Amino acid sequence: MSAAPLLEVRGLGKRFGGLHAVRDLSFEMARGEVLGLIGPNGAGKTTVFNLLSGFLPQDTGEVRFEGRSITGLKPHAICALGLARTFQIVRPFPHLSVLENVRVGALARQPRMAEAAARARAVIEQVGLAAKAGQPAAGLTLADRKRLELARALATGPTLLLLDEVMAGLNPTEIQAILALVRSINEAGVSILLIEHNMRAVMTLSHRIVVLSFGEKIVDGAPAAVANDPRVIEAYLGEAYVPAAH
Amino acid sequence: MRWLALAALVLLLALPAWLDSYAISVFILIFFYAFLGQAWNILGGYAGQLSAGHAAFVGIGAYASALLSAQAGLTPWLGMLVGGTLSAGLGTLVGYLGFRFGLRGFYFVLLTVAFAEVCRIVTLNTDAVGGALGYYITFTGNPRQFQFQDNRAYYYIALGLMLIATGVVAAMERRRFGAFLIAIREDEQACEALGVNTFRYKMLAMVVSSFLTGVGGTFYAFYLFSLQPNSVFGIPLSVEIIIRPIVGGAGTVLGPILGSFILSPLAEASRIYLGQGGWSGAHLVAYGLLLIAVVLFLPRGAYPALRRLWLRSAAR
Amino acid sequence: MAVGLTLIFGVMRVVNFAHGDMMVWGMYLAWLLATRAGIDPYVGFVVCAAALFVLGYLVQRVLVDRIVDAPHEMQILLMLGVALVLENSALVAFGPDPQRVRSPLRAATVWLGPVFVDVARLVTFALAMLLTLALYLFLTRTDLGRTMRAAADNLYGARVIGADVRRVYAVAFGIGAACVGAAGALVSPILPFQPAGGLGLSVASFNIVIIGGMGSLPGAFLGGLLVSVAESLGAVFLSPSMKELVSFSLLILILLVRPAGLFGRTVT
Repeated sequence: MSAAPLLEVRGLGKRFGGLHAVRDLSFEMARGEVLGLIGPNGAGKTTVFNLLSGFLPQDTGEVRFEGRSITGLKPHAICALGLARTFQIVRPFPHLSVLENVRVGALARQPRMAEAAARARAVIEQVGLAAKAGQPAAGLTLADRKRLELARALATGPTLLLLDEVMAGLNPTEIQAILALVRSINEAGVSILLIEHNMRAVMTLSHRIVVLSFGEKIVDGAPAAVANDPRVIEAYLGEAYVPAAH
Repeated sequence: MRWLALAALVLLLALPAWLDSYAISVFILIFFYAFLGQAWNILGGYAGQLSAGHAAFVGIGAYASALLSAQAGLTPWLGMLVGGTLSAGLGTLVGYLGFRFGLRGFYFVLLTVAFAEVCRIVTLNTDAVGGALGYYITFTGNPRQFQFQDNRAYYYIALGLMLIATGVVAAMERRRFGAFLIAIREDEQACEALGVNTFRYKMLAMVVSSFLTGVGGTFYAFYLFSLQPNSVFGIPLSVEIIIRPIVGGAGTVLGPILGSFILSPLAEASRIYLGQGGWSGAHLVAYGLLLIAVVLFLPRGAYPALRRLWLRSAAR
Repeated sequence: MAVGLTLIFGVMRVVNFAHGDMMVWGMYLAWLLATRAGIDPYVGFVVCAAALFVLGYLVQRVLVDRIVDAPHEMQILLMLGVALVLENSALVAFGPDPQRVRSPLRAATVWLGPVFVDVARLVTFALAMLLTLALYLFLTRTDLGRTMRAAADNLYGARVIGADVRRVYAVAFGIGAACVGAAGALVSPILPFQPAGGLGLSVASFNIVIIGGMGSLPGAFLGGLLVSVAESLGAVFLSPSMKELVSFSLLILILLVRPAGLFGRTVT
């Protein structure tokens, strides 16, 4: 089992009408890895997440998770196998409290309410929302809603976590905090696939980076190598991005 | 809270001793509509799947137990369960089609209305069950046939139905099932992403809700002794079922009961005072205005608002 | 009718239970005008359209506007409330019995090729076509019409370019209601009507619009054609009272097969 990669994507493809949102995408993830998925706007990153988590049916290719094919499974079944995701635009259950929100995630593993609540409390503590556990989710700040989104996914007990722009819209201090949080989650043994526009964050967090452009993988390598790759710079040129080497 | 509920229960149990027959009939309506509202509440209030065709389940339950009693001699006490099961069968069909084909919001409402109307029209055109003339049950007054000389028997049965449905909802709310239904109502996709099989839980809600509503059909049949397709399958009955939980507070345990205590006496009064002389639509106009007002000013219903007031005064 | 619905659907994506009942009110207004003031429905339909425009505008401005950001279910319940008020106030005002408007044109008939057609049907058809054409031109050729279509495609974009979205919505809702009211008045000499008929009319128009694809005018035409063919076939092969069954069964089928319409774009 440990010989097989945690996640194996082979020839994944999806088109919307005439547009190839994702074309012949292949990559692998090892257990414990943090993989950054970057690319200019519209490169198909979120589509990849929707395909991996079962929210969209793929047109071509296959996804294997822990050695078994998960193509065609429903989102809840994929989550039950240990592959959880967050949404780019956070989607808390607005009328429920933070604790109740996270408890839904925990209940998927723990059918008993009391145990699920205990697990939810532990996760809320971990992401630093303990003081707000009783508040309704609708009233939280953006930074806290991002933490909540993370906590809910974490409560489902994933082995692989897909994080869709958990830092977008946050200020530098908040980003530092989330950065530390994501790292601690990884250190606890959860592998992480990360979509992120904040280059500094991706570069420091990721062990490896995959770059998408127009739905295709153009580069796959270590952060430092990717940052200086001329193809990456070219793909980003329209966005006036200068890679931050360090 | 627990003492309050217990006191209310004792009061309701003792009440018939002082009430005249007419007042008892008003309470029967309150309990019965609270029961139907509670059954709807599971699907519409908790899971957030608005059904505007719940009359179909009442109708199927009513016709099933009435026909089984007259044709096959099956006591309605068992026919009740058969009717509930048949209603749950229709509920399963509607739910399967609606949820499998991903009909949400307005489209789901349309689907439920369409099924209810199909049931109504088919019954209206089936002479074997009385067709447009309706189906009448011969009164025997035999308790084994779910018939009683004394109104008070119906009072206690309706009260029992209401308490059972409320018990079901209260138990559901404290368990995983209820937590999932609420999460589905709040954001179905996010819920699915958290590993919840939303299809399965919506189906379960549909089955429980339609079964209970179908059981209510038997009470309807053997309390009124006359089944008219246009009444028992009609949209006005579906509206009666929906409006009480919405006014009282959909998605709360006590909302449907509160809503029925507010609305059923009003409906009865309007039937008496406005029922004659071409005013027959007036109470539905009032329902419409009430629905608009609740949506605009009290979108979560009366119970949560009252609770907030109560907590505030208790804190003082 | 379907044109009215398509307009509202297309522009606001607010689906409307009240439409059939608005049409019934259009019919009764035509009836009132004909019996009280002696105005022929073929003239009176202008008044009906104007009255329904005001009604639609107010419903949007006073009611729907307050909850545009609320959950979808709230809008459904709101329209259900409006539909209940409209249908049953008609019941209170006019009683449950079917009515029909008498128009002198109804008596006249002409030979149209091999068939015998009464003039009333011809005039209704011609005026309905004319109205639809006018609406189509309004939507494609005028600034306000274009803004409406823009608001339908992209609310945020329309706000950015400075459109008064609330007013545009209200006007669109009003125009939708006006079309329905005019249509009601125009068919009032042909079809008998009663307050309870609103739902059937709403369902017929949902069928038309959903088949035709929400928001596309040509689709609505084709949908109208298909639905009426299916319903008259049903009436031939089944008893007349089962005709309603056909349209409800059709609705179920349509809902399951293709919620976005046979000719419309897919809803994501």
